[in-house]
Amino acid sequence: MNRPPLASELNLCLCHSCGLACDMTDEPHECTRCGAPLHRRKTNSLARTWAYMFTALAFYFPANLLPVMNTKMVGNGADSTIMSGVIEFWQHGAWDIALIIFIASIAVPGIKFVALTLLLVTVQRDSQWASKQRSTLYRFVELIGYWSMLDVIVVALVASLVKFQALADIEPRPGILFFGLVVVFTMLSAMSFDPRLIWDKEERDNPNEEVMDEVASH
Amino acid sequence: MATTESLIICEHCDCVYQKVTLAKHQKTLCTRCGGVLQRYNGLTVEQRLALTFTALMLWIFANFYPVMSISLKGLKNSATLWDSVLALSLGPITFIAMVAAISMIIAPIFQLVLLIWVLSFALAHRRSPGFKFCMRWLETLRPWSMLEVCLLGAMVAVIKLAGLLDVLPGIGLFALAILSLMMIRIAGRDIRDLWDTL
Repeated sequence: MNRPPLASELNLCLCHSCGLACDMTDEPHECTRCGAPLHRRKTNSLARTWAYMFTALAFYFPANLLPVMNTKMVGNGADSTIMSGVIEFWQHGAWDIALIIFIASIAVPGIKFVALTLLLVTVQRDSQWASKQRSTLYRFVELIGYWSMLDVIVVALVASLVKFQALADIEPRPGILFFGLVVVFTMLSAMSFDPRLIWDKEERDNPNEEVMDEVASH
Repeated sequence: MATTESLIICEHCDCVYQKVTLAKHQKTLCTRCGGVLQRYNGLTVEQRLALTFTALMLWIFANFYPVMSISLKGLKNSATLWDSVLALSLGPITFIAMVAAISMIIAPIFQLVLLIWVLSFALAHRRSPGFKFCMRWLETLRPWSMLEVCLLGAMVAVIKLAGLLDVLPGIGLFALAILSLMMIRIAGRDIRDLWDTL
């Protein structure tokens, strides 16, 4: 194994707020530079990630099944869900907008559930499979994180604009609340996951030679 | 202390490296996990402060001018970002209005105010009062500031309504477009460099 030394071998710890490599010899609880709490690994990372993800998953169903807005045109009201909005755009030939909404609202949360489950299960099973690719996957999950807020903003703008009493009126519906909750909880879930856990098993199996020497001399 | 400040730890796999000086367009990647360690920061404190003031003006335009206006059979209506937050706050879904307000309005303005405060003192090579507090809040706010999403949402809303009635994009939308791009540049992770230089 040809790799740079690890923070644990040098008795260092990364401060997540300012990026300082903190010396852990005196076991400080706070970063000496910025005062943020120090943790070698995020606290209860796996349990928290699972918990936030299941919460998000529970909200994902009402978010897609309940109507997100109600359009009233000359007295005739109609509820629409996220999916019915996508289909409507598609049928009117606006396939590009349909695709944007579909990706942001339905695909992105779906991908995040699958990706986070994959990361959690592989870490819990101490898998060493494709560690580098799993790291990339985690960064991808962080990157796409907030794009699902798109529909919340669309509904908010449309509902605030179309206010012509009897003629035309658009109102938000509870589906959008659950939708926003899905976004918030998947973001919290991704933030709670510690990507360093992906690499920890490898270290336990193949510790660096220097460390082996140290252990041997004790 | 002096020995660890020149070190950089990969946040994705805990590998330790020595910091290097980067040239334009360069970045360093972790050899084990491929994560970005350092990116070239091309902005001086003066430039960043100037851009932050510009962004503050744009934030004011984006929030006080309508994002778009619509007309239907002679009736006109326009909405600002705040109007759209209020539209969500009615009924049983008030919580989502709070999330929207934070991500579209509150987080960006706090980021801008904190940046102006910190950078104004950095101009005189000093740490501002409450430097630690400001820098930590800038880190905390970053993931919750969603102006790019807000911009795409506004554009989708324009197209969605264009099928039903006449839509006119307003000054707010253009300000929002430039503001969201500027926020990516000025409020990014490279403000952490201030820890090393001050």
